[in-house]
Amino acid sequence: MNALASSPTEPVSAVCTTGLAARLSRLVSALCEPAKRALEVVLPPLVLLALLAGIWEWAASGPAATLPPPSMVWENSRELIFRPFYDRGGLDKGLGLHLLASLERIALGFTMAAAIGVAVGMLIGSSRLALRALDPLFQVLRTVPPLAWLPLSLAAFREAQPSAIFVIFVTAVWPIVINTAVGVRNVPRDYHNVARVLRLSGPAWFLRIVVPAAAPYIFTGLRIGVGLSWLAIVAAEMLIGGVGIGFFVWDAWNSSNLSDIVVALVYIGLVGFLLDRLTALVGRAVTRGTSEQ
Amino acid sequence: MSGKRAVERPFLEISRVSLRFAPGSPHVLRGIDLKVHEGEFVAVIGHSGCGKSTLLNIVAGLLRATEGGVFLAGREVDEPGPDRAVVFQNHSLLPWLTVYENVRLAVDCTVGRTMSRAERDGWTRRTLALVRMEAHADKRPAEISGGMKQRVGIARALAMRPRVLLLDEPFGALDALTRAHLQDQVMDIHARLGTTVIMITHDVDEAVLLSDRIVMMTNGPNATIGELLEVDLPRPRDRLRLVSHPRFLAAREAVLRFLHERHASPAVA
Repeated sequence: MNALASSPTEPVSAVCTTGLAARLSRLVSALCEPAKRALEVVLPPLVLLALLAGIWEWAASGPAATLPPPSMVWENSRELIFRPFYDRGGLDKGLGLHLLASLERIALGFTMAAAIGVAVGMLIGSSRLALRALDPLFQVLRTVPPLAWLPLSLAAFREAQPSAIFVIFVTAVWPIVINTAVGVRNVPRDYHNVARVLRLSGPAWFLRIVVPAAAPYIFTGLRIGVGLSWLAIVAAEMLIGGVGIGFFVWDAWNSSNLSDIVVALVYIGLVGFLLDRLTALVGRAVTRGTSEQ
Repeated sequence: MSGKRAVERPFLEISRVSLRFAPGSPHVLRGIDLKVHEGEFVAVIGHSGCGKSTLLNIVAGLLRATEGGVFLAGREVDEPGPDRAVVFQNHSLLPWLTVYENVRLAVDCTVGRTMSRAERDGWTRRTLALVRMEAHADKRPAEISGGMKQRVGIARALAMRPRVLLLDEPFGALDALTRAHLQDQVMDIHARLGTTVIMITHDVDEAVLLSDRIVMMTNGPNATIGELLEVDLPRPRDRLRLVSHPRFLAAREAVLRFLHERHASPAVA
């Protein structure tokens, strides 16, 4: 082991002693270092992706293949990939517009879920009575799959848009409520004591101690909530119709446009990933320093 | 306030304090009686689990005695307040606030209520300067060392202008050198401000070096005050000169004999 580790260093030190050549080689290695590190990060997933595409191409190119190979997806859906914002009226819109419609629903439903979820979570976290009263109800309701709410909400609102927003709300709200409540209940004993010595109580205690102490938990809830919303909206839109990425997938299926579905799935994945990262980023910026002790 | 009056009527009096956590369970503390003069530095020493931190929490008002009570300047105190500021064992700084903001919060909630914004800022910075932390005012607790955190904890407590400063094993988690440095700072602050201090410790040298009187506690349950020892050493005290001082050595021996001869820890087996 030792012999192996030491042998590559010897030629380097030999080069270093020869002056100019050594300095040149050091300059080259200094320039190459960041590029090399970037390559180390980017290369493995790219190679794997190419490999998977190759397997897919091979598997889907036989005469009995049921799914289009990557080359065919590229051929058929190039317009979809490169012109996300075209609008030919009716339902013939670019993927970007469909995604925007879905994101708008998410924004509305998720904002409501965040506002109400955090408020209710704070109540449950700080009041034993509220916990006892609401917790059993919530534990049951949160296991109801999002789509099971859709018929009821369609019946109640009699319109697609508010029904979809309600489904988002009811999907995202549970993890936010539960995580907020846990965060509030886990405010360390020490902070309670500090607040008692300072005679902090009421709103001041809540705003200056409880909210910042619970913030990391709240953001964990928000992050789970946004992920679930994205899962739910695609399914809900398939049933609701009109506009939205979920409807687009369903519509493509009905017109046997499998290539379009593949492209849409890639976009759905990328947007979901971005939503998750965005929430995490906001959380990290807001709770700066809170989680470290 | 004149020293004479403080002698007639003790500044801080712990009177027949007993505590048990549930009726029928054995007493944690039993019959604690202690009178502390204004400006006095009292160290409370005892084995782990003897209830010395519990006693401090009762004085702080964070715990309520089952029997007896605590009187500060003649008035009973039974809830926490800034007049008895606590420096917690694990510093308990709020991690989302900077060093400055941690102290400022204490200022705003207590003495700052009658001050202007500029005065509050000035008082916060002066308190930080007292523990030599003004250079690190904008750092967060996670970015400073354990000793620095404890200094900020002391600054936060002092910022409330407490009548009694309660130190709960403040240097227990620090290395010996940092601890010595902080002990010197605490002595310096005590000399300058004349604050009454009650300090919980399990370090014999620390108790003898810092305090005017050492309260030695017996082991629990039914822990109570075993002995009191006056530490008659001139101030300012210098740890190097005290190393061989006969009275320092005598006091040290008395405490050691109490802790390891007459009341050896029952937990160590």
